[in-house]
Amino acid sequence: MTSAAAQDQYASASTPRLNGWAQNIRLLNPRFRFGLALLAFLLIFGFLGPIIFDKHDPMKFVGLLYDPPSETAWLGTDNFGRDVFTQLMHGIRTSLIIGFIAGSIATLLGVLIGTVAGYRGGMIEEILMAITNIVITIPSIVILILLSIAFRSRSVVVMGIIIGITAWPWTARAVRAQTSSLRTREHVDIARLSGTATLPLIMWEIIPYMLSYIVMAFVLQLNAGILQEAALSMLGLGISRGISLGIMLQWALLWESVRTGAWWAFIPPTLMLTLIAYSLLLLQSSVDEIFNPRLRRA
Amino acid sequence: MARFQRYLLNKILWFGAAFVIALVLNFLLPRLIPGNPVDLIVGQMASGGGVSGEALERIYATYISEFGLDQPLGVQFLTYLSRLAQGDLGVSFGRSPSRVQDLIAEALPWTIALQLPAILVGWLLGNILGVLAAYKKGWLDRIMFPSFMFLSSMPYYCLAIILLYVFAVVWPIAPAGGGYSYALTPAFTWTFISSVLEHYWLPFISLVIIFIGGQALGMRAMSIYELDTDYVHYSRSLGISDNRVIRYIFRNAMLPQVTGLALAIGSLVGGALITEIVFGYPGVGDLLFRAIRQSDYPVIQGVTLLIMITVLTANFVVDIAYGIIDPRIRARTEGER
Repeated sequence: MTSAAAQDQYASASTPRLNGWAQNIRLLNPRFRFGLALLAFLLIFGFLGPIIFDKHDPMKFVGLLYDPPSETAWLGTDNFGRDVFTQLMHGIRTSLIIGFIAGSIATLLGVLIGTVAGYRGGMIEEILMAITNIVITIPSIVILILLSIAFRSRSVVVMGIIIGITAWPWTARAVRAQTSSLRTREHVDIARLSGTATLPLIMWEIIPYMLSYIVMAFVLQLNAGILQEAALSMLGLGISRGISLGIMLQWALLWESVRTGAWWAFIPPTLMLTLIAYSLLLLQSSVDEIFNPRLRRA
Repeated sequence: MARFQRYLLNKILWFGAAFVIALVLNFLLPRLIPGNPVDLIVGQMASGGGVSGEALERIYATYISEFGLDQPLGVQFLTYLSRLAQGDLGVSFGRSPSRVQDLIAEALPWTIALQLPAILVGWLLGNILGVLAAYKKGWLDRIMFPSFMFLSSMPYYCLAIILLYVFAVVWPIAPAGGGYSYALTPAFTWTFISSVLEHYWLPFISLVIIFIGGQALGMRAMSIYELDTDYVHYSRSLGISDNRVIRYIFRNAMLPQVTGLALAIGSLVGGALITEIVFGYPGVGDLLFRAIRQSDYPVIQGVTLLIMITVLTANFVVDIAYGIIDPRIRARTEGER
């Protein structure tokens, strides 16, 4: 009896209800609030910016090669004479969307494979983990390069998928470890004995208990996805049409903006990528403390 | 010893499987391009003009037979493997008649000379700073921790771009890229070597700074854990000097860091491709970048193969070394693979 009660207590502690969360968020450290504010600013700038400033076409020619910042082009023009400020807003949006698609796919695949392997055990676990280990061993940049050149035309969605399907193994490995230990909990036994099928059981009895880890994994995957997109774009393997932060940097490097001193062409995308990465890292490291009260210091 | 042999065999099988799959991907994916790469490259030559129809046909036929593209896929794969076994990676599309392995052999020393010292220096400095931050705490840690965090979150190419701008353009104390002055040809002369060094330090520093961030964070976390152990409390209560205690901690927190070093060296080739692009440094990253721009598939495949082999080898060596050093890991790996 006592052990069941303790179990119950533990369970409710590790799955805080919503008002518990709200309370926790109020207690949050400045690190989290700063990270969140930064991310919110980037989201608003990328998604609402084009409407607020009425700048809808990042491909429109408004000037000549590397015009310096002026009253009409606030951040000057790029190598094709397009407005950098407009490109920056659309670039942030594209980068975030690609990161979001990649992060979602990687997290979904990782959680699916990890929970099924950890929960079912036996042959299925052996096979799934064998695949995971092999994909982990092959460097992802190689698969990314090879997949990207196999697609002649890469849209935002294709790009997100390519990055997502190379990034899941780490999540799968960690999720499997957690699932293996959760599997032996009493509430899982009860659900199994009352005849719950595997997938609903994983959905309702396993995943809620490691939601904190999944959220953190998603934030990390989102960040990695955005940076991978930029890296691939700079290698010349970015999206075929449209603009992203990586594509902006690619053109800026190719057209020697750094060496000619056209700072407005490369500083804004560089800064935005750094800010995105920093805000997500701050969020990730402090989200840990929201979910895990033991990490919070008085 | 029999157990260790089983462990070794197990590892060899796993890495062998990963290698075969990687090899198949490396062979297959570029062949999934609609049409075939030769059509594309000859098409580009034709639209570029200056090449007569007859020459084009000859080039086309040469490429097709060179790559065996008229053969079934299985035969092509076998040809690919047997060439590979002889160390032949084929002819570059973009810089024909150069062979891919020669182009790589030209670029690789630059990459190694740039990255290996940067990894080693960054690793050493990062670990020392990490222990210091954990041990001294106070203001030192309050300054260092957020800066390590910022540095390790900053994409390495962003730092490279900013350094290049600040130190080669705004305050031009470094040359604006390249591996050596374009007026020179590579030779063992003092002018050439000094030119190389002059072009070296900026990309070098950009890599070192990034490595310091990541290493210091890891070492700081490890050291904080070690600080709470009995041997540290005991040494302190004996009044042993700070420096000596730091040395004890350093040694104990080292194992994961050594692994990190080995893996960093293994991912050296593919780890900072874009640094070379930013600085126009004549290494593997630069080679890959040009190959991608020219749709030079043999070179792209050669570089990806190189990255793959170095990473797999490093992982393998680390796993085996761990198995030798630490019997617990060997046992655990046998239990759950």
